[in-house]
Amino acid sequence: MTTHVHAGSTPKHYLIDGYGIRSWLLTTDHKRIAILYLASVTVMFALGGLFAIFVRLELLTPAGDLMQAETYNKMFTMHGIAMVFFFLIPAVPAVLGNFLIPLMIGAKDLAFPRINLLSWYVFVVGGLFSLYAMIAGGIDTGWTFYTPYSTAWSNTNVVPTAVGIFITGFSSILTGLNFMATIHKMRAPGLTWFRLPLFVWAHYATSIIMILGTPVLAITIVLVALDRIGKFGIFDPAAGGDPVLFQHLFWFYSHPAVYIMILPSMGVISELVSAFSRKRVFGYSFVAFSSLAIALIGFLVWGHHMFVSGQSVYASLVFSVLSFLVAIPSAVKVFNWTATLHKGRISFETPMLYVFGFIGLFTIGGLTGLFLASLGLDVHVHDTYFIVAHFHYIMVGGVIMGYLGGLHFWWPKMTGRMYPEWWGRLSALVIFIGFNLTFFPQFVLGYLGMPRRYHAYPEEFQVLNVMSTAGASILGVGYLIPLVYMIWSMRYGKVAPDNPWGAKGLEWETGSPPPTHNFEKPPEVVSEAYAYHEHPAEARHG
Amino acid sequence: MSGHVAPTRLYYAIFGALMILTALTVAVAYKDLGLLNTYVAMTIAVAKATLVVLYFMHVRWSGRLIPILLAAGVLWLVILLALTMSDYASRGWMTAPGS
Amino acid sequence: MARTRDVFWHHFQDLEHQRETSALGMWIFLITEILFFGGMFACYVVYRTAYPEAWLAGSATLDVKLGAINTAVLIGSSLTMAMAVHAAQLGKRMPLVVFLVLTIVLGGIFLGIKAVEYEHKWEENLIPGPAFDFHGQGAGNVQLFFALYFALTGMHALHMVIGIGLLGNLVRQSLAGRFDAAYNTPVEMVGLYWHFVDIVWIFLFPLLYLLGRH
Repeated sequence: MTTHVHAGSTPKHYLIDGYGIRSWLLTTDHKRIAILYLASVTVMFALGGLFAIFVRLELLTPAGDLMQAETYNKMFTMHGIAMVFFFLIPAVPAVLGNFLIPLMIGAKDLAFPRINLLSWYVFVVGGLFSLYAMIAGGIDTGWTFYTPYSTAWSNTNVVPTAVGIFITGFSSILTGLNFMATIHKMRAPGLTWFRLPLFVWAHYATSIIMILGTPVLAITIVLVALDRIGKFGIFDPAAGGDPVLFQHLFWFYSHPAVYIMILPSMGVISELVSAFSRKRVFGYSFVAFSSLAIALIGFLVWGHHMFVSGQSVYASLVFSVLSFLVAIPSAVKVFNWTATLHKGRISFETPMLYVFGFIGLFTIGGLTGLFLASLGLDVHVHDTYFIVAHFHYIMVGGVIMGYLGGLHFWWPKMTGRMYPEWWGRLSALVIFIGFNLTFFPQFVLGYLGMPRRYHAYPEEFQVLNVMSTAGASILGVGYLIPLVYMIWSMRYGKVAPDNPWGAKGLEWETGSPPPTHNFEKPPEVVSEAYAYHEHPAEARHG
Repeated sequence: MSGHVAPTRLYYAIFGALMILTALTVAVAYKDLGLLNTYVAMTIAVAKATLVVLYFMHVRWSGRLIPILLAAGVLWLVILLALTMSDYASRGWMTAPGS
Repeated sequence: MARTRDVFWHHFQDLEHQRETSALGMWIFLITEILFFGGMFACYVVYRTAYPEAWLAGSATLDVKLGAINTAVLIGSSLTMAMAVHAAQLGKRMPLVVFLVLTIVLGGIFLGIKAVEYEHKWEENLIPGPAFDFHGQGAGNVQLFFALYFALTGMHALHMVIGIGLLGNLVRQSLAGRFDAAYNTPVEMVGLYWHFVDIVWIFLFPLLYLLGRH
């Protein structure tokens, strides 16, 4: 393992290379921009969590007694908007992707550093717009803002929220653009495509989706605004417009959007499972191609959100078959990660606990997706808590587990400090327990027929709802603990060596934290990724 | 440092071709070809776009990646149009039980 | 004369690497624009298929002469843009400025004609919304045609305004001597953008203006 001997004229690491607020707000260093994103998405996560608290509190009792129905509608809408557009989509790519991609490919920065900074400002401006809309009365259309309710009937702040999402969409587009150009053009000498870490492959596939899908959401938002403000009638039945056309356009983006959320997290899992089994990822090219396959097939399945919307039965059949197909590359990944574990030297540090959580919970979420892909079953459980449970297993059990695992794994690289290991393991456990207690009962509730987006429900559903709310409070505590100790560790954590995990990867061959230009000497790559077999006897540092 | 430099007479030639194709598309519009009108108009538009892409935008001399990217963008638009229209086109082919 | 150290970003290997990467970035952006306009094309296809008479009736109210002139003007501006890039590649400052200005002028003519057309529609009460009033036969849902007409051409016009702004900035930079044979990437990039906006119009013209003319 390379240890850096720091001579007298060592380059400053990026955190101390420049002081003061201007050096952060005007930075073009991808690592600092990643930290800026980290702060912003954490704020939006807290906001989304706050709305979730209101939702779960109301659902403690069968009667709608905590708030009016209209207010409850605003709570679940704003929970969805904050979480989907302002946390789940940007978190892994804009925080971990931004920080790591140049390091992993041996580059000094992303291809377009100023566009990177612009993407953060765009994100913040969009977030502020939506925040304003939420504070100034809120929005109650659901995060899916179906027409004609959103265009003609809702009396809430649809346009400001939509404008905020429109603006933030460009942050996503700019990030994807930057990643794609970077991965094509900025790889170090010797770093061929099939020597790239799978984290990079995952982000490349994600970038494809960001580029091809987000613009369609953007134009759909424009059309909704034209309908709402100008009464253009594009989605208004009275003018001959078709609300289902809105759904086609909306889901053309919003289904692939869920792959924007999960693919980067899957990339994290590939890195972690390899590092903590001290073994290369089994079936590297299968995992790499499966990322591309998910990106492609993911664009062909959007109609499965519209099985009961009046879509033609034939089209629904086609979308159903394609939805079964899209599960295959995801399953390939799960099998390959499991095979990576086989005969590995496994250890159970915090990131690895998140890996196990991810694999289990993502599998459950994914399998329940197959239930939903079957037309007949979906008709029964559509718009019930079964759906809510399904996507939370993927979004929280999958995306957030991967995000937290990655954050812990690369924390020493990003901050030069170790987080406290036992607190890390404890919170991973608390999150896992809290998560399952929150969302497993929701599968049962949905199957039994409890509809989603209702603030009141029949008495017989109360026990399961109380379990879910109890789980949510445990989950909330589970998220608070890392917030506290991560911040604590930046000042008081153990100073980290260059490679505390003994992991393979170019990011581990430079300082913790890295110097501003990433590498003292531009690296040249001669081996495959995850070349643990080349130096099997090396002990782990730290 | 500038990429491929094309001779200016090429640009004038492409301009001329584009003008001819524009006149053609207007002329054909005034002839009744039934369904064919739309296909001819779109074919001419695609031809014009191709000339602009290849020569004005220098894709002719830009390597393999750009054409692949462009094809992907067009393909994805086709996916959006085709799968959406597959819904509208097939409504009424099969009725739900009870209707 | 551009000083290399002012325009060269050191995470690239050399100016050519920087140029190629910038071009790739601009092309990726143009792909997003294909899908951006594409969403409106999807609405067009769905509604034209559903309401063919409305589409014929709506298209008949558009002025083919003005549309054809605008098409020629825009293609002409693509020629002048290509010539501007050519001049930049050869380091010829004055021709570069001239062709950039010509492009702006032609773009301005396009927008002027568009404004005239919009004004006619306003006078004829054909702007979708509460004031929409179509006097014609059997047009049914013709408001949808106009909704898409304004959405498509309006978005296109917005892109042209942005393009003219970018061109103006290029004129300023050219006059200040920022570009030469070694470095003219921004000219090339704005050129790609401008040609793309031309291509969108190449499709809009027949789809909106040339229906049912026989």
